[in-house]
Amino acid sequence: MARPYRLSLTSLALASAVLVTLALVLVFYVVPNDASQGFSQRIFYFHVSIAFTAYACFAGGAWKALRYLWKRDSRADLESYVAIHQGVIFGVLVLLTGSIWAKISWGHWWLWSEDELVLFLVLFLFYCAYFMLRFSVDPGPQRASFSAVYALFGVVLIPVSFLAIRIAKSFVHPQVFTLHGPNFGGWILVAYCVAQAALLLFALTLYRVELAGKRLDMRLRELRIA
Amino acid sequence: MIRAQKLGKRFGDKRVLRGVDLDVARGAFALVTGPNGSGKTTLLRLCAGLAAPSEGELAVDAPRGRIGFLGHEPLVYRELTALENLELYGRLYRVPERRERIGMLLERFGLWEVRRDRVGSYSRGMTQRLALCRVLLHDPELLLLDEPHTALDAAGAELLDAQLAELHGERTLLVSTHDPARVESLATLRLALA
Amino acid sequence: MTYVADVRALARKDLLLELRARDTLPAMLLFVVATFVVFHFSLPAHSSQLAASGLLWVAIVFTALLGLGRAFVPEREQRTLDGLVLAPCDRSAIWLAKSIATLAFLVAAEAVALPVFALFFHGLRGATVAGVVLADLGICAVGTFLGAMAVATRARDLLLPLLFLPLAIPIVVGGVGAGVASAPGGYLGFLALYDLLFGLLCWATFEYVVTE
Repeated sequence: MARPYRLSLTSLALASAVLVTLALVLVFYVVPNDASQGFSQRIFYFHVSIAFTAYACFAGGAWKALRYLWKRDSRADLESYVAIHQGVIFGVLVLLTGSIWAKISWGHWWLWSEDELVLFLVLFLFYCAYFMLRFSVDPGPQRASFSAVYALFGVVLIPVSFLAIRIAKSFVHPQVFTLHGPNFGGWILVAYCVAQAALLLFALTLYRVELAGKRLDMRLRELRIA
Repeated sequence: MIRAQKLGKRFGDKRVLRGVDLDVARGAFALVTGPNGSGKTTLLRLCAGLAAPSEGELAVDAPRGRIGFLGHEPLVYRELTALENLELYGRLYRVPERRERIGMLLERFGLWEVRRDRVGSYSRGMTQRLALCRVLLHDPELLLLDEPHTALDAAGAELLDAQLAELHGERTLLVSTHDPARVESLATLRLALA
Repeated sequence: MTYVADVRALARKDLLLELRARDTLPAMLLFVVATFVVFHFSLPAHSSQLAASGLLWVAIVFTALLGLGRAFVPEREQRTLDGLVLAPCDRSAIWLAKSIATLAFLVAAEAVALPVFALFFHGLRGATVAGVVLADLGICAVGTFLGAMAVATRARDLLLPLLFLPLAIPIVVGGVGAGVASAPGGYLGFLALYDLLFGLLCWATFEYVVTE
């Protein structure tokens, strides 16, 4: 089953541990303090890269879903589910880090004017419904099809919701907070890129770990039935 | 017409069918027997394309519109009349000379008088007769009948037997039953599920 | 052309079923008017007209949910979905016909609800009505699709609102925007885009919902 060009799980875990450490060092010791928001602005590096990682997981889950519908391969179904599961975990982290950031920057734990927070709330609700759907159908081709189709709805919903939240602002919250975005360049850019790479690799490691566990589970079940 | 190799089906952790080999030639009359829970219904649903096999190979050499499937449920709407139900299926199956064919079948199965009554007011036997009309409506090449004698009275069962004898040889039939004596004489092939 | 004929035959069946059973449409009508009355008392006195236009959308979405939850009940109770799936027509015709039928019920309910809303709260703009029409298309397309999935699960009626509401948020945004913005064109365009995208997605994937 293991393809030759695939990294082993151990080396993947090691690599992600190294990168995460590097990212932490860069973000906390190397990058200069933000001029207006000070030390706490450093959460931005994680918040943004976690959000991107979550999107990547959802997209990966939808890609595997498409593959399932195409090839009817139950492995793709499991991969899609695990990817979306990881996406939801990272999505919750986005809500947490975003909430902390909002508190630090504007003094509120929740801001409806923060597009990304609102979008992740919508996505959180959507993918929770995905799990409800999945656990409400017996394992088998029907569950796989339902999950796959709903996962595809998810990737269409992401841009549509993004657009919706953008246009909703003009009537729901006319005032727009100006974000003291960091001036990209130098160490800041390097730190962001490393943090991003670290989180993607970390997500991939988690994905592979969960997948290996779930596959073992399925094997055991197969053996029990046979 | 139907060729199955090591066919198996699971629902979750439950294995309902396993290692079925089957080769039904065109024009054959295959009788599927076995106790309750032996997978007769599942085998027929697989052949109809209503379920996908979990393992093994299954090839059915008839397009979807040329298969007639009779399951446990009559697959008719209780709120509609017999005529409206058959009209709907006749349209979906693109039956030529629909009205005449529907009339002929209703006549044959003794439902002509009640054709404008809602199916909900029918007895189980009458509903089963209507289900048979639905199955025969588009003159299918392959008939998959799951315990077709269920709920039929003596007259109804005789009608069905006559119909089966008429189709015998011309159409391919896969009939499941737990009372094989009834159609034994017609069978050209037997499959016992355990 | 056979596709159109199939959709017509199926939609005719759905309308006929409702005509016989008469349970969905009266329930939707009663529900939407009752919701307006609840809104009247839940809005503080002298609250803005904007608040009322937002509540109109809450009423529409939940009324639609009531109808969508019933959409596949005849198919479920008699398992007739198997009969339709076996027929040689394209499976997406089943979805399209059912969507048209639920759309008919929703529009019929709104034909009463919108004038009542105008009477109870304040008048309606043309753009709001246009927004409602465009939103109805998306609501019925997506809702019917999810309804077909929900009836096949163990949780059934419980699941449909959970599956549907996250997908309905963009519709509400577009609809409210069309109702209150000074230039509703963009919002109407957004609703049309939603209908197009999700309509295509439903049309292309319905086959997978009704077959294994």
